[in-house]
Amino acid sequence: MSLGYPILSTLIWLPIIAGLIVLFAGRNNPGFAKWFSLGAAVLTFILSLPLYVAFDTTTSAMQFVERVSWIPQYNIEYFLGVDGLSMPLVLLTTFTQVLVIASAWTVIKDRVEQYMGAFMIMQGLMIGVFTALDSILFYVFWEALLIPMFIVIGKWGGPKRVYATLKFFLYTFLGSVFMLVAFLYLFFQSGSFSILDFHAMPIGMTAQILIFLAFLIAFAVKIPMFPVHTWLPDAHVEAPTAGSVVLAAIMLKMGGYGFVRFSLPITPDASMTLDWLIIGLSLIAIVYIAFVALIQTDMKKLVAYSSIAHMGFVTLGIFLVYSIVSKTGDVQGAALGMEGAMVQMISHGFISGAMFLAIGVLYDRMHTREIGAYGGVVNTMPWFGFFAVLFAMANAGLPGTSGFVGEFMVILSAFKANVWFGVLAATTLIVGAAYTLWMIKRVIFGSVANEEVAKLQDLNRREFAIMATLAFVIILLGVWPNPLLEVMHSSVDNLLIQATTSKL
Amino acid sequence: MNFVIPDFMPAVPEIVLLALASFILIADTVWSKRYVNATYYATQFTLLLVGVLILASFTTDTVVTFDQSFVRDAFADVLKIFIVIVSLGVFLFSREYLKQNDFYKGEFFTLGLFAILGMFVMVSSYNFITLFVGLEIMSLAMYAMIAMQRDSSKATEAAIKYFVLGALATGLLLYGLSMIYGATGSLTIPEVKAIVEAGKADSVVLAFGVVFIVIGLGFKLGAVPFHMWVPDVYHGSPTAVTLFIGAAPKIAAFAIVYRLLVDGLPGLVIDWQPLLIIMAVLSMVVGTVIAIAQTNFKRLLAYSGIAHIGFLLLGFIAATPEGYSAAMFYVLVYALTSVAAFGMIIALARTGFEFDEIKDFKGLNQRNPWLAAMMLIIMFSMAGIPPFIGFYAKLVVLQEVITAGFVWLAIVGVVTAVAGAFYYLRVVKVMYFDSAEVEGELKATTKEMAVAVSVFSLALLVLGLMPAWLMSVAYNSLLV
Repeated sequence: MSLGYPILSTLIWLPIIAGLIVLFAGRNNPGFAKWFSLGAAVLTFILSLPLYVAFDTTTSAMQFVERVSWIPQYNIEYFLGVDGLSMPLVLLTTFTQVLVIASAWTVIKDRVEQYMGAFMIMQGLMIGVFTALDSILFYVFWEALLIPMFIVIGKWGGPKRVYATLKFFLYTFLGSVFMLVAFLYLFFQSGSFSILDFHAMPIGMTAQILIFLAFLIAFAVKIPMFPVHTWLPDAHVEAPTAGSVVLAAIMLKMGGYGFVRFSLPITPDASMTLDWLIIGLSLIAIVYIAFVALIQTDMKKLVAYSSIAHMGFVTLGIFLVYSIVSKTGDVQGAALGMEGAMVQMISHGFISGAMFLAIGVLYDRMHTREIGAYGGVVNTMPWFGFFAVLFAMANAGLPGTSGFVGEFMVILSAFKANVWFGVLAATTLIVGAAYTLWMIKRVIFGSVANEEVAKLQDLNRREFAIMATLAFVIILLGVWPNPLLEVMHSSVDNLLIQATTSKL
Repeated sequence: MNFVIPDFMPAVPEIVLLALASFILIADTVWSKRYVNATYYATQFTLLLVGVLILASFTTDTVVTFDQSFVRDAFADVLKIFIVIVSLGVFLFSREYLKQNDFYKGEFFTLGLFAILGMFVMVSSYNFITLFVGLEIMSLAMYAMIAMQRDSSKATEAAIKYFVLGALATGLLLYGLSMIYGATGSLTIPEVKAIVEAGKADSVVLAFGVVFIVIGLGFKLGAVPFHMWVPDVYHGSPTAVTLFIGAAPKIAAFAIVYRLLVDGLPGLVIDWQPLLIIMAVLSMVVGTVIAIAQTNFKRLLAYSGIAHIGFLLLGFIAATPEGYSAAMFYVLVYALTSVAAFGMIIALARTGFEFDEIKDFKGLNQRNPWLAAMMLIIMFSMAGIPPFIGFYAKLVVLQEVITAGFVWLAIVGVVTAVAGAFYYLRVVKVMYFDSAEVEGELKATTKEMAVAVSVFSLALLVLGLMPAWLMSVAYNSLLV
């Protein structure tokens, strides 16, 4: 499928150019910076809709492809395209961006143009990550993304922001350089940097295992998986609200996307041999991290840990394939887990974004994230209470919200693979509900805790619009996930074939 | 007696450079009283003229002249053009610094021109004697440049260190060359190559010769364990001189490594490759680790430069034409980045305030967001983060070293790159996250400086978005 114009390049470069304009023209003119960024974000979102409308759901081939030579000496191409796995993530990015820009409207007062510019540039780069089909191009977007995020966390973050941002940068950088070495090795073997060529080339077992581990380091840090998750709570807590939203809603998805785009198709045999490792780490994330979340006293930290637990479902769903296939011999049965993982990624993007935005609303008013400082917020902010409870329910996986769909699909297929996987994964339904609802109980309900809470103002119109949009999407996906499942169907089937075909 | 007049044409740029440099040297004594800027403009004019001459007669053929002692090929022409470009930038920045620090004297520029002449001769050498003469012309001019600030004890100390260690290095190099001469009976690089490859020379003597040559080159490059002079000289010299020695001489040093090891002794790759591996690993590790502890920005750049040399050597270790091209690409990128980084210090320095401590950059984003953004580009380019050109430089050497089968070297490289990112990030952190100790806007010394530093920094970004051009320059000059 293709349109008459290079839609993917438009989606990448429009926000980046808009961001640069904001950076240089918006100095001393915060009003311009805000409106221009919002306009560009909305425009990008509208321009991204044709991706969905014109998407051909019957094929797993790459669509909207753009391909020109970029660095001929090494056969590096400017090669873009989306399939059913990446297209929803692109839409998630363009959608979230509008809310991100809107959420910072009144909060950011210092250097507004740099803040807005950084987020706009980040958006373009994130779309680049999801659409790049040349591994070096992918790496360029992947790494370049660290620069604006580094600045955003370090400049507008909380008290320990410098420590957090350095940790974030170095952790992610360390993870990704190994991926780079793997790319270079693959190029040396295949003479091409195209990801699709990587998919097709045979690789020996030792090399596969090493490449798999190199990818694992890169993606595990990004997701993040236990035990390399420690940067996330720091970065989340210290980042400004919009930074947390972008981190949780989109940047974490890059790790999951990496697994389905790189690890499974490029190193299927190593993935099969080492699937126990990923499943083990995922289950630890789901169970152990959920308990860690339970004892947090900082709301943002709690949601950060819950993100790690939820992302555990993504990795679990992706790597369940092999145990299901070896047990039942049914490739189609494994599709459930894989699709569950993909849905979980999208849905977690909305829910975690919503949670961080909700916390941001409170933080803007009270300037504290301590759960203990709140209590009885619903008395003074009824609309906020309504949305917060809704998002919390979605976070806990209540049926009817999007959080339920992905988790349920993954848990079902976990039972298919191994009863114990299923049992362990299902504990999240209890613990997840416990930590989220307990937080809600302490913050939202009860009697008004102190004078500051008593003085709180309810949502203004801008905040209401943001919350309502997210609530709408979360419920829509919860009751009617089909539009999402439909687009990823062929691609997931194709991925399963790639993942279960030996390349030795 | 049959006397043949050699073909002077290939050496016209050098001859013009020598003639004009000599003329300026004399003319400066006459006109410096009346026209303060004359020497500066004459110098820049000379460089431009030489650059145009090279471009106009650019050739992809290999022309040898002066009894096989001087060569003109695409490799030489490309490197000379980059030496000219880098030096134009260096003099542009230096001028303001020299004015501010009250030694805006003609000698700086004439010595600079002679050093550049030396570099040209090194780049074009086809004979051990020519190579050595070129090296000496360059080194002697640079010793004097460092020592020019007579009343500064730091600068004098740096000059003496540089002189003593430089002389030692030259001695070692010469000793190695004499051994090769002893074993092969020839001083001409292609003849040496032929004799070595035919196996007609004593391999033990050759091996010793290679060891001494590599040590001598290691000193000139500033590779660990022969790096001790680098930080002191970078730190001690006036910034204008540091800028000079940090950029173009690296290109020239790269050229003689190529001429000696690749043009002359490819038959001994088995001898020099392990030595380079040791030097590369030590340079990357030591350079990076020590740089982390630096508080002075010039020292930081010195140590990071050592780490960069380690990366550069990876290209030689690959020992393939693509590997050498990758190393060449690396050195060109490094020279450009280095000019931008030192240029930034000069653009921000004031009389009596060197602006060379990392803490001086505190809150630069508040005081001058544009220059802070430029500095951010320079730092991330040095760290090897895309989309800046420094990333591609690292990418190609790593690719070549992996293609040559040294995956472990690539892993050492990327791990040190991550550790190295830390100290570049610290500069960015200081600029963006710390609040300024001094309030108020901080402008570049002159508008010209601001423009120049922006041009060099933005070049790192633009070349990074379209790296194919610079890469093809490096690749075509070695592969055709």
